[in-house]
Amino acid sequence: MADRFPSPFDMPTPPGAEGWQELYAYSSVFSDDRREYEESTFWFMDGVHTPEVIPPWDATILEYAIIALSQYNTRHYVIPPALGVDIRFLNGYMYLSPVGVADPDEIGARVPEFAERAGYYFQHWDELYAAWLPKVRALIRELEAISFEALPDREDMEVITEGRGQGSALDLLTSYHRLVDLTLKLWHHHFEFLNLGYAAYLDFFGFCKQLFPSIPDQAIAKMVAGIEVDLFRPDDEIKQLAQLAVDLGIASRLEGRADAALASLDDEAGRTWLAAWDKAKEPWFNFSAGSGFYHSDKVWLENLDIPFGFLQTYITKLRRGDSLERPMGAVIAERDRIVSEYSELIGSNEDRATFEGKLGLARTVFPYVENHNFYIEHWGHSVIWRKMRDLGRIFVKEGFFADADDIFLLSRHEVPEALYDMYHGWAVGVPSRGPKYWPRENARRAAIMDALRQWSPPPALGVPPEVITEPFTVMLWGITSDSVKQWLGGAQADGGLTGFAASPGIAEGPARVIFNADGIGDLQDGEILVAPLTAPSWAPVFGKIAATVTDVGGIMSHAAIVCREYGLPAVTGTAFGTKSIKTGQRIRVDGNTGQVTIID
Amino acid sequence: MAHVIWFTECQPSDAAAVGGKNASLAAMVRAGLPVPAGFAVPADAYRKALADCGLAADVESITAAADPADPASIATAGAAARAALASMRPPSGLADAVGAAYAQLCGQAGRADVPVAVRSSATCEDQPDASFAGEHDTYLWVRGADSVVTHLVRCWASLFTDRAIAYRWQMGYPTTAAAMSVGIQTMVQPRAAGVAFTLNPVNGDRSQVAIDASWGFGEAVVSGEVTPDNFLVDKVMRQVTQRTISAKAVEYCLTESDTVAARPVDPDRQQVPCLSDPEILAVAAMARAAEKHFGCPQDVEWALAARGRDEASVVLLQSRPETVWSRRAAPGATGTADSIASIVATLLDPHHGRPAVAG
Repeated sequence: MADRFPSPFDMPTPPGAEGWQELYAYSSVFSDDRREYEESTFWFMDGVHTPEVIPPWDATILEYAIIALSQYNTRHYVIPPALGVDIRFLNGYMYLSPVGVADPDEIGARVPEFAERAGYYFQHWDELYAAWLPKVRALIRELEAISFEALPDREDMEVITEGRGQGSALDLLTSYHRLVDLTLKLWHHHFEFLNLGYAAYLDFFGFCKQLFPSIPDQAIAKMVAGIEVDLFRPDDEIKQLAQLAVDLGIASRLEGRADAALASLDDEAGRTWLAAWDKAKEPWFNFSAGSGFYHSDKVWLENLDIPFGFLQTYITKLRRGDSLERPMGAVIAERDRIVSEYSELIGSNEDRATFEGKLGLARTVFPYVENHNFYIEHWGHSVIWRKMRDLGRIFVKEGFFADADDIFLLSRHEVPEALYDMYHGWAVGVPSRGPKYWPRENARRAAIMDALRQWSPPPALGVPPEVITEPFTVMLWGITSDSVKQWLGGAQADGGLTGFAASPGIAEGPARVIFNADGIGDLQDGEILVAPLTAPSWAPVFGKIAATVTDVGGIMSHAAIVCREYGLPAVTGTAFGTKSIKTGQRIRVDGNTGQVTIID
Repeated sequence: MAHVIWFTECQPSDAAAVGGKNASLAAMVRAGLPVPAGFAVPADAYRKALADCGLAADVESITAAADPADPASIATAGAAARAALASMRPPSGLADAVGAAYAQLCGQAGRADVPVAVRSSATCEDQPDASFAGEHDTYLWVRGADSVVTHLVRCWASLFTDRAIAYRWQMGYPTTAAAMSVGIQTMVQPRAAGVAFTLNPVNGDRSQVAIDASWGFGEAVVSGEVTPDNFLVDKVMRQVTQRTISAKAVEYCLTESDTVAARPVDPDRQQVPCLSDPEILAVAAMARAAEKHFGCPQDVEWALAARGRDEASVVLLQSRPETVWSRRAAPGATGTADSIASIVATLLDPHHGRPAVAG
């Protein structure tokens, strides 16, 4: 077995993708300027958030996410053993390198600072968290309020009569900068609690493993799991709408495609239901069918056929007499039983008290860990993508782009340049260069993106540490010394796969390998879903499938959380699931041990 | 003192009379655990037989001559003592009482000459600090009242197996103080059997039940002749957390001459798990029930009684306090109640909670 991964400098550029580096920030690509450092460190591909090629503008959100994470570790809370996470794009894929603090003295010196700063957050968690939600809602309202208006032929007369002394193009530029800055602010808010929340959870996790070395991971997760989680709200809303449709006797009219069906609801019952549907949309349909990190991830609000399809699935279930309710009473009773039985097995009262204290803190922090995802990655990002498309449409109008989505082929720094070009032509009264330049350039870039998609990124690059101790690699990405070993060794010889035992149970069935939300319609009852990762918006498919296998993610990944909720076996983080398993193969998923076996 | 004491009627106050193993079986019966029916012949019967036959003094002098440092002298003394005891006759009335009780077992089982296990239950066995595990003899698949009485006497004699003499010496139990009660218990013909610990013997984790299981009678597992399948079950989650299937080369089963003997397992059956998941969970639940009843970690023997083709039920054959980890403190938790200090420790070593390597 090799002891290192390939050097990032040995990675060939896929044919046809020459020049891809220029599409990303100069500081975010591997270069000879930092070669010695870049070659000697460990980089892993972030398949959890970005399993596919990242378009140039989409890289903005990733850079902002990672930089916000980093600053909290390094500058806010002074996490003793960890600085930030370094980021590079290679052939369009994102590689990350969490940076630890090596010097034990320096770690020691950081401890009191961390205790003071993080301690303040833990002690005041409830009040700080109570302030978080209004803060984020206000921020998203600010994002919503941004509007991009095409440049007028003449400035309005009011600009003259009010003596404003400034023009529309400045608004356009300002609005763009504002969108970008608010995106960064959104990510500052994202990491205000997340790392501390994970740390407290991991502390409880570790304590349970000390008390009970063989305790299953998901038993610990079940002890802290939230009962009412906003991440499940979109799905719950659809269930309620399905029930309402049945109650109102209009279920049979909700067939076919969304637009036609919704337009037909012109009587009283129909309007009652439509009002409920419209009410559910804001904010709950700001829900991405993917991870939310790609502009191409389909958002329910703009793709009503997605939630409408789920609605139809639920209506069918209701007509069959199935219940759609998540069995809350049973879930709570089970959680309480698990806690009290482990507590009984603890040898000393002192340990029991510590267990209860840590459980309490983990439960305090956990709602954030589960819920933030809806507000940031789903709602916040949906608004950002929407606003960017609004701006894209202005470029289309001015002949710069063929399609509004072409704006995502520009890096965030190039958008103001293109705006300036548009502004210049408009101000001077001459042709802008854009209408000639960007269609040609974007065609070239689209071809580069396609070429990059043909490349298969290795799971890691560079030199792995002997043991993975950097806490965020473990906590946020679920990468351990074992996963590194597995990557170095490749898939098991017998075709078996190992991952996290993320949700208990054993299931056997035909596999259905699906790479994105577009494929979930192919899933048949009783099939086992095999995917790079799952998104929360796939929730309705969990009523159909027998089990889930993912390439990436740990026991706190979406697939894990949802499968536990639905009582389905899940093995996450297998690294090679979608590569090793073919649709139609019979596989056996053991969610108790984390083993996946290909039977034929 | 009665000649026989039924497990169902045996009280905690009878423990000294019926020995550790029988007392434990009776306690399991009282706890409602699925223990096969049976009765004890109290140790007084042994003492009376010894006295009636005038052997008490002989046995004492024979064993006093043994030098604990010299295995050969123990072997000589043991053989002499066993030969003397083999000639014992049960006290008058005992054979009839045992025969009557045995007939009752046959009645309960609905078959003539029901097979029984005749088990030694020495008065010094199963102390918290000394298990005496396997020091005395047990006879399996004994059928017919006469044979039961014959094996009863053999159990008495097994108080002087070489290993029992040596073990008593090591543990400081005077030979003259030891007496033998015997348990007679209906036997089932198991499809699989084995042992279970109500903690993980590798790391002392009390949230787990560890099961060793193999084909046929449990003797192959207890004696260590076979590498059993090993299962770990989480008591709270009631799920199998680890399974190791081994090549089970040997099984004890009934021969054509109606005795229990070892025979090789067909190669194609060796690697087949000997328990299904529901069966594993049933064994674990029963072991856990025993632990809850006795209030401390248990080391149990169990068997899976075949009932027709697809049906099986678990029976408990023995339950005694686990003696290795019970003497140690529960697995140490170094996590501190000070949350910040503990979170710092977690950040410094995010793996401290990761599953440890066995050992």
